[in-house]
Amino acid sequence: MKGTASPGRDGMGSKILRELVGSPSSLIGLVICVVVVFLAIFGPLVTSQDPYDLSKLNIMDNRLPPGSVGIDGAVYVLGTDGQGRDMVSAMIYGLRTSLLVGILTTALAMVIGTTMGLLAAYKGGWVDTIIMRLVDLILGFPMMLLALILLAALGPGIDKVILALVAVQWAFYARTIRGTALSEMNREYIEAARCLALSERRIIFRHLLVNCLPPVIVISTIKVAGAISAEATLSFLGLGVPITKPSLGLLISNGYRYLLSGSYWISIFPGILLMLTIFGINIVGDRLKEVLNPRLQENKAVE
Amino acid sequence: MSEALVDVQGVSKRFGRRLDTVERLARRLGSDISEEIVHAVDAVSLKVAEGEVLGLVGESGCGKSTLGRVISGLLPASSGRVLYRGADPSLLKGDEARAAKLNRQMIFQDPYSSLNPRMQVRGIIGEAPRYHGLCDRAGLEGYIDAIMAKVGLEPSFKDRYPHQFSGGQRQRIGIARALAVKPDFIVCDEPIAALDVSIQAQIINLFMKLRSELGLTYLFISHDLGVVEHLSDTVAIMYLGRIVETAAAEELFSHPNHPYTLALLAEVPRLGGRKKDFSVIKGEIPSPLDPPRGCHFHPRCPHAMPRCAAEIPASREILGGHFSACHLNGG
Repeated sequence: MKGTASPGRDGMGSKILRELVGSPSSLIGLVICVVVVFLAIFGPLVTSQDPYDLSKLNIMDNRLPPGSVGIDGAVYVLGTDGQGRDMVSAMIYGLRTSLLVGILTTALAMVIGTTMGLLAAYKGGWVDTIIMRLVDLILGFPMMLLALILLAALGPGIDKVILALVAVQWAFYARTIRGTALSEMNREYIEAARCLALSERRIIFRHLLVNCLPPVIVISTIKVAGAISAEATLSFLGLGVPITKPSLGLLISNGYRYLLSGSYWISIFPGILLMLTIFGINIVGDRLKEVLNPRLQENKAVE
Repeated sequence: MSEALVDVQGVSKRFGRRLDTVERLARRLGSDISEEIVHAVDAVSLKVAEGEVLGLVGESGCGKSTLGRVISGLLPASSGRVLYRGADPSLLKGDEARAAKLNRQMIFQDPYSSLNPRMQVRGIIGEAPRYHGLCDRAGLEGYIDAIMAKVGLEPSFKDRYPHQFSGGQRQRIGIARALAVKPDFIVCDEPIAALDVSIQAQIINLFMKLRSELGLTYLFISHDLGVVEHLSDTVAIMYLGRIVETAAAEELFSHPNHPYTLALLAEVPRLGGRKKDFSVIKGEIPSPLDPPRGCHFHPRCPHAMPRCAAEIPASREILGGHFSACHLNGG
């Protein structure tokens, strides 16, 4: 019997966490992610005003530099934007929108893409051909262009943004998981499952899927960052979220008109927050890729 | 000998890569691309009697694993049919089809890739019986324990994952998984080839024990003649997709008839101090993409005659129950 430790389902999670905390860079990434998620969830409790409630905004407070005191005596640590919103509050609310779009998009794209990829690999033949040519078609277009076209047709709104991004992103998952699934299909445990007359659905989801998950987890972390930045880009271009509920991208877009007139803070701070968020998620994703590498895992198992 | 449990009638299995659209277009434009077809199994007929162990022997790449998969129902035959208890399982419907499928199980060569690495032993063994309602939820634990004990595994290991076991133990898990659906016919696809020699004997003994306890019938695929001689009642020798000789084990090993069988037996190291001169079979096994005409073995056969290249030798009964497909037997 090799080893006495039992890296069961829960043991695996704590092992991954240990590995993530283990290196300084991924620790930084993890801390950023935790803070960002915390801010996004508990944002309304932290902020001094609701930046989306137009009745609370005082237009006289517009474009105050960081550290200013407003008309009603409130201190604006990072200044205010063109509508007199507190930048800190606006950024935290913007972060909520950005993360919501990033996570929902990723979750939906992952479910759809993974299912499609598994179906393509398991069924083969014309199912495979249709799914994969569709994937080629989507991946062949510049992703932003495709999302822009879709949004132009659908109109603005968070749900439309998510829909457009899912339509572009599922193809990545489908292609990745199809490759992994094809190599797993050659392994005899799939034949054994077929020999035991289990249903196709059970074989695909209980046997094939669980063995294809590590690469999916890795791309999905990185794609969360991708979706956030894509949403920011779309909002910056004016095709994303409504102007009354700015996300980070829309905040940057709102502020860049004032950049040359000296009100740098309206664009720069949301930009920095966006950058930090994406940076943190990418670092964690990269580290996850190393931790989940099946070869490294095998080595660990043999120890 | 009782009636055949499994009756293989003229089964062929061809693998071809169909041309894709571009290649079809190229061919229409005059290119000489053609479909490449491998005759992995070529018109094989076999009978496995109930309770018997049929040893299937051949070199790597001769199609024995493919034949095993066709017989176990994992692959459809390209032509011919496999009868199980007198019926063709592929024509059955519903419960009968499922029963025919579960009754024919398979044990795989590689104990490392044949177990789902993300499932506990409990799930690997217990999934199918639970899924097919062979035991209820309450009885599942006891059911798994009993099967694990039967194949020589500690039932307390059932929370472990496959990577925590050695090759021999993994193979036992694979056997337990097959037994869990109560089969009566098991295709063993080189089940000991990937194991250490010391473990091989244990697993072979396990196979023999299970056979006598559960009345199982085996199709035992191997390239190890020593193991096959020890295990089998009947032996079939396969060469490049065709069965060249079939006989009771004792008869085949004492009076081999086909030149290929003779050559194979000459390779087996034996105790007894006989001076060993290695008369290696000359040449390589030909490509099944382009097999030799006539008798597949003729380019390597020391007794080849002009007729061998022209005509496929028919299988003839040269003695009661001893079949050989060679022109040397006349006719």
